[in-house]
Amino acid sequence: MSDLYLIYKNMTRKPLRLFLTCFAIFIAFLIYGAVTTLKSALDAGIDLAADNRLVVVNKINFTQPLPIAYAQKVAAVEGVEHVTYANWFGGYYQEARNQIVAMAVEPESLLQVYEREIVLPLEQRAAWLGNRQGLIAGKNLAQRLGWKVGDRVPVSSNIFSHKEGGHTWDFVVEGIFTGSDPQHDTNSMYFHYKYFMETQSFGGDWIGWITLTTVDPAQNQRIADEIDNGFANSQAETDTSTEAAFSKAFIEQIGNIGLIIFGVVFMAFFTILILVGNTMALAVRERTGEIAVLKTLGFAAPRIFKMVLTESLLIALIGGLAGLGAAWLIVEGAKATMAQFLPNLVLDSGIALQALAFMLLLGLVTGLLPALNALRLNIVTAFNRG
Amino acid sequence: MSQDLLFQLNGVSKSFVKGKEEISIFSDLNLTIERGDFVAIMGPSGSGKTTLLNMLGGVDQPSGGEVSFDGARVDNLSESALTRWRAHNIGFIFQFYNLMPMLNAARNVELPLLLTKLSKAQRRKNVETALALVGLSDRAKHMPSEMSGGQQQRVAIARAIVSDPKLLLCDEPTGDLDRTTADEILEMLQLLNRDHGKTIVMVTHDPAAAKYANRTLHLDKGKFVQRELVA
Repeated sequence: MSDLYLIYKNMTRKPLRLFLTCFAIFIAFLIYGAVTTLKSALDAGIDLAADNRLVVVNKINFTQPLPIAYAQKVAAVEGVEHVTYANWFGGYYQEARNQIVAMAVEPESLLQVYEREIVLPLEQRAAWLGNRQGLIAGKNLAQRLGWKVGDRVPVSSNIFSHKEGGHTWDFVVEGIFTGSDPQHDTNSMYFHYKYFMETQSFGGDWIGWITLTTVDPAQNQRIADEIDNGFANSQAETDTSTEAAFSKAFIEQIGNIGLIIFGVVFMAFFTILILVGNTMALAVRERTGEIAVLKTLGFAAPRIFKMVLTESLLIALIGGLAGLGAAWLIVEGAKATMAQFLPNLVLDSGIALQALAFMLLLGLVTGLLPALNALRLNIVTAFNRG
Repeated sequence: MSQDLLFQLNGVSKSFVKGKEEISIFSDLNLTIERGDFVAIMGPSGSGKTTLLNMLGGVDQPSGGEVSFDGARVDNLSESALTRWRAHNIGFIFQFYNLMPMLNAARNVELPLLLTKLSKAQRRKNVETALALVGLSDRAKHMPSEMSGGQQQRVAIARAIVSDPKLLLCDEPTGDLDRTTADEILEMLQLLNRDHGKTIVMVTHDPAAAKYANRTLHLDKGKFVQRELVA
């Protein structure tokens, strides 16, 4: 027998209470794990955004198009390094539910603007630039759909129609790209804007947005102002912002996620904290006589303090790790279906370590008061209490 | 000082403050207990019997005077030193047994040995010996709730003697038991005193129980009112 055995026996003496306490903690960390992962995935675009990259969209709304001629005018602004543009294709593969993040782009400038995010072997790069019908797919997307270099693949659009009828375009997979950072999104595909222009039945010379890099992030504001002022009072006024701000604004279309997450997690934690703290205090109070006996037998007060605190920490860890494990399973399950919307949906080690720190904090906070009561317990008073 | 002297109380007083009033439990109390003695302490409720027992066991500290054990002062020890002293020298037997309900008999008996540096095997051997001594070898795996009051008190006695303390302090050890079972327990204490040389101090209300002791001290209003040799 050891102190750990005593702790174990104390913990399990009322199995239903132990189960309910652990279950409450389980729920708290399930919420924490799942919701924090979601927030992290939503924020990934902001975190990974380059600080010298600006996005130009239609001032009315980013879903409204811009004339393609704007790209050249933007490139002429002093301090602009590279300019590229893209059009949202609304792509899917074979069935409408297999949605793909697919964009019609100007290939050469795309690879300049996103040189860190789109890394291609040289021969694949050359092949893609040389084949107007070619596409490049991210590693994750290619793995998900089973695409290999050289494959001929049909990709359909839920927005545009082919001038020869139907909604499907034929492409050749010319390259499979990765990112220079593992967090870079590789769940998308890009193809030639010119091929798209030649084959679509409507849409004209319009693009979705322009992305540019500046020679110096310090000039971002001036360049953005110059671009927007240049298109003021035109048929399509523009709104230029940094890529990070654009991503944030995009996310905020569905509400202030950060505030919602903070509210949910805080309320769950606060409720659990009160619940577990109350249960621990009750459990230790029930054992007043036994703690007095242990002290009488010669168990030192700090040793009993440690035992009570360890018990509380163990309960927090058992419930918390189980909850975090369940959150991981949910995230892994959701990953496949949500990959196109949230490519960075990963319960990573950072979130897990943060959750572990909260588990320890929960255990310490809820166990501290009962442990201190046990530490300070006077034997004579405890026996007199009955 | 006599080699046989185990405990000595010189001019010991104990009082506590309740509101603005200071209540004295006893004052200028003197007592000597020799090795191998079996002392019964009797007295009416509120006479200070349990307080005296707590003081002998280092659970409570005197307000004044000196308490010596084995030739060394213990009344001025710090709480942690007193805890260690208790673990090495004193075995406690309570009226309501005070066993840990979630541990079986053997585990309950093993508790004081967690405070020693004995190996697991040695601890197991000591537990078996203690349980055999109280006649409960076959009940080692039983939980307290599966045992009668007498059996639980025997487990408590095994717990008290397992670390071979010099002194056993018994607070109404038969107060919760019927006459026959009480006699069995008292015979066991007598055996531990007579055959194993354990020094025992027992607080009791029961004159029949006191007869098992070598001598009985009567405490009334904080003073020993008479001393008589019983056995």
